[in-house]
Amino acid sequence: MEYFIQQLINGLTLGSIYGLVAIGYTMVYGIIGMINFAHGDIFMLGGFAALIVFLIATSFFAGIPVALLLLLMLLVGMLMTGLWNWTIERVAYRPLRGSFRLAPLITAIGMSIVLSNFIQVTQGPRNKPIPPMVTDVFHIGGITISLKQVLIVIITAVLLFAFWYIVNKTPLGRAQRATEQDRKMAALLGVDVDRTISITFIMGAALAAVAGGMYLMYYGVASFNDGFIPGVKAFTAAVLGGIGSLPGAVLGGLLIGLIESLWSAYFSIAYKDVATFAILAFVLIFKPTGILGRPEVEKV
Amino acid sequence: MAPGTTTMTSGIAGDTILKVEHLSMKFGGLMAINDLSLEVRRGEITALIGPNGAGKTTVFNCITGFYKPTMGMLTLQRRDGKEYLLERLRDFEIPKLAGVARTFQNIRLFSGLTVLENLLVAQHNALMKASGYTILGLLGLPAYSRAVDASIEKAKYWLDKADLTDRADDPAGDLPYGAQRRLEIARAMCTNPELLCLDEPAAGLNPRESAALNTLLHQIRDEGASILLIEHDMSVVMEISDHVVVLEYGQKISDGSPDHVKNDPRVIAAYLGVEDDEVEEVIAVELEGGNH
Repeated sequence: MEYFIQQLINGLTLGSIYGLVAIGYTMVYGIIGMINFAHGDIFMLGGFAALIVFLIATSFFAGIPVALLLLLMLLVGMLMTGLWNWTIERVAYRPLRGSFRLAPLITAIGMSIVLSNFIQVTQGPRNKPIPPMVTDVFHIGGITISLKQVLIVIITAVLLFAFWYIVNKTPLGRAQRATEQDRKMAALLGVDVDRTISITFIMGAALAAVAGGMYLMYYGVASFNDGFIPGVKAFTAAVLGGIGSLPGAVLGGLLIGLIESLWSAYFSIAYKDVATFAILAFVLIFKPTGILGRPEVEKV
Repeated sequence: MAPGTTTMTSGIAGDTILKVEHLSMKFGGLMAINDLSLEVRRGEITALIGPNGAGKTTVFNCITGFYKPTMGMLTLQRRDGKEYLLERLRDFEIPKLAGVARTFQNIRLFSGLTVLENLLVAQHNALMKASGYTILGLLGLPAYSRAVDASIEKAKYWLDKADLTDRADDPAGDLPYGAQRRLEIARAMCTNPELLCLDEPAAGLNPRESAALNTLLHQIRDEGASILLIEHDMSVVMEISDHVVVLEYGQKISDGSPDHVKNDPRVIAAYLGVEDDEVEEVIAVELEGGNH
């Protein structure tokens, strides 16, 4: 039983990270109907931004408090990746809006390759380790919870609340939801649709950056390749929860995290990715709209 | 200077809100609108009528930025004297700067948003500004909450006019058809338009709903907004409009008061579908039959 709870906690931590990234996929899909395959690499960039901040801060200001350092890593990461994603949308996606459906998809895959190769060239192909930042561990009964796990879950919860508030309670969020339903009509009511879409990309990137920073803190290593597997898993999470649905993305992320850690705990760890993607295949076959997705009703 | 703004007064009379000059719209080889000129006067209800395929909706689409006209100039003059060339504005600037709002022949509400939210989206620009583009709004500054209160007040005002107050928190998609039509008009009014363009607002309404719509339109006009509407139902057109423009095959065939238009032989010909040389005959028939 203790082992099971331990795995639940590990899964929850991992799931939080996937959930944060999944929101970026699902939001962009919701608002412009495209899968931003470069989003996983945006997550990777967030990790590298955090890594660079970590290296600069620890070499110039030795003895900087860990909390401040972490805050700095996440904030700079959000800023940098927000800027990256804004630029990508502006130069690679916006000119193709209204083009045939596959065009933005292909461009997105291209951007994904550009980003990971860019990091490979500029940062080197080897894994970049950082020394552990947060090492405290709590023991409750036979269960071990590390402080970084607690931090990840808390930061995720706070961000999700802020995000939920923006989408549901602010004029910006209302404009996003209106744009999602009928872009042209929103424009006719005075909503600057292009700007709303840009902001959506920035918001998605900011969440992914935090996920990237926390991923770095959790595993202590960053690699140019990090965007791929976690990115595809977050995408799986978005599809599992129902693409286009924000609570679905979070739920999907948690489920994927749990499946992955429970599978590794009770079955072969080598097959954990197979298990995850098998789930994706099953969901697509039996419930194509995902757990919380609305079936698309086409009015004729 | 914002694009599309002109400071020179291009000879628009003070009581004209929209001047369409030599508008042409070509789709491939099809001339949907051919050298159309018309004026919409401030504070009036102007009806744009004509047989199916005459190009009425195309005119609307040019005015509201859906289409870029092949040729022609669309000048809108606001109450403060500022003039905008509609064909040069970006889509969201037409409601924001020029104060033009429109509705569609087929209803285009945000059906997943509540009725109230539909009306608040229409006040997006005012709210965004007051919320300091969201950032200050998150801090809950008093100026922002005042702006929110004001926008809700305005939404309530139009909910009341459109007789939808008790449905404010329902998803817009759940309303009955007539109510959705009124909500569309209320939503358009929440953008504070000076010119409201309505594409067949009475289509599919029963007589009672249609009467309620007429009252709503008169109220809107009396509050100072000008209305341009497309309508098929001649009884509605004759009852509510101050000025009627008739199109056929993308060209204007008549322009004037409802009474003038009603008796114009070319209009009668267009509606009854007779050849030009039969027009005289039609007039004769009309005169004979005019007594009953």
